[in-house]
Amino acid sequence: MEIVVNGETTECEEIITLEALVGKLGYQKNRIAAEVNGEIVTKSEYENFILKPADKLEIVSFVGGG
Amino acid sequence: MSEVVKNEDKLVIGGKEFSSRFILGSGKYSLDLIKAAVEHAGAQMITLALRRANQGGMANILDYIPEGVTLLPNTSGARNAEEAVRIARLSREVGCGEFVKIEIMRDSKYLLPDNEETIKATEILAKEGFIVMPYMYPDLNVARDLKEAGAASIMPLAAPIGSNKGLCTKEFIQILIDEIDLPIIVDAGIGAPSQACEAMEMGAAAVMANTAIATAGDVPVMAEAMRLAIEAGRKAYLAGLGRVMEKGGSASSPLTGFLRD
Repeated sequence: MEIVVNGETTECEEIITLEALVGKLGYQKNRIAAEVNGEIVTKSEYENFILKPADKLEIVSFVGGG
Repeated sequence: MSEVVKNEDKLVIGGKEFSSRFILGSGKYSLDLIKAAVEHAGAQMITLALRRANQGGMANILDYIPEGVTLLPNTSGARNAEEAVRIARLSREVGCGEFVKIEIMRDSKYLLPDNEETIKATEILAKEGFIVMPYMYPDLNVARDLKEAGAASIMPLAAPIGSNKGLCTKEFIQILIDEIDLPIIVDAGIGAPSQACEAMEMGAAAVMANTAIATAGDVPVMAEAMRLAIEAGRKAYLAGLGRVMEKGGSASSPLTGFLRD
């Protein structure tokens, strides 16, 4: 199925948890925060959070800033 | 030396104590320099920004910040209260504490903060338990509203962000220092240690600087120069500056001479 990660259409398995997707894309879980369709998903929910086709994910982390 | 000057002089924000009064920005210089800059600055608080994450285990700024330094995520990029609230919630979810610096700008030429939206965001985030440090245009009425809304400090700008122009808003910052019972932290526009020192002499609780250090010839050395200036200014404030005479002079040495008696 297709989902959208940070604005990019991304192909992934039909049944995949947020936990698995984050690992697959190489994000460090303790360095990010994630929104699915505009709602924050807390880290403790990643393991049981099943993604649906066309879900829109925002995955963010810190960078330098003033 | 009084006890206050010696060791009791702490900056308290949201119940947390800091012995450093230099808040360091982390933008515009390389990750490799961050540790040295923090150490030379003696900084106990550093600002960060939130952006879309890169895939595939790229270097993360958090790996370069020494342990024990309080992280102060900003809401840069937000154009209104709603966007600032969203960024703040995401920042907290990364797992780096409750502090947030609200920064809401509608204009990219002067980067001036939108005070009205900043008050709204402060109220929402303070209710959600954030320790809110709003960046603002120095206006006494707005500062009062921010305090009422639950701000933990007030961060008036000295000059446009990144301009290194110094204390352009000096008189108005002084009003905030005199009237608002919260730490007033001069943020944005401080370009040289002399300006940071002057802000501290005025009674500012702390100074936040980024571009002054990032655009200096030597980043760690400028971080240290800024630290020393902030410490000097703070001591001068605690000591109480000597008076300025309206007219004339006042001899420092005894005038009673022996040459012409």
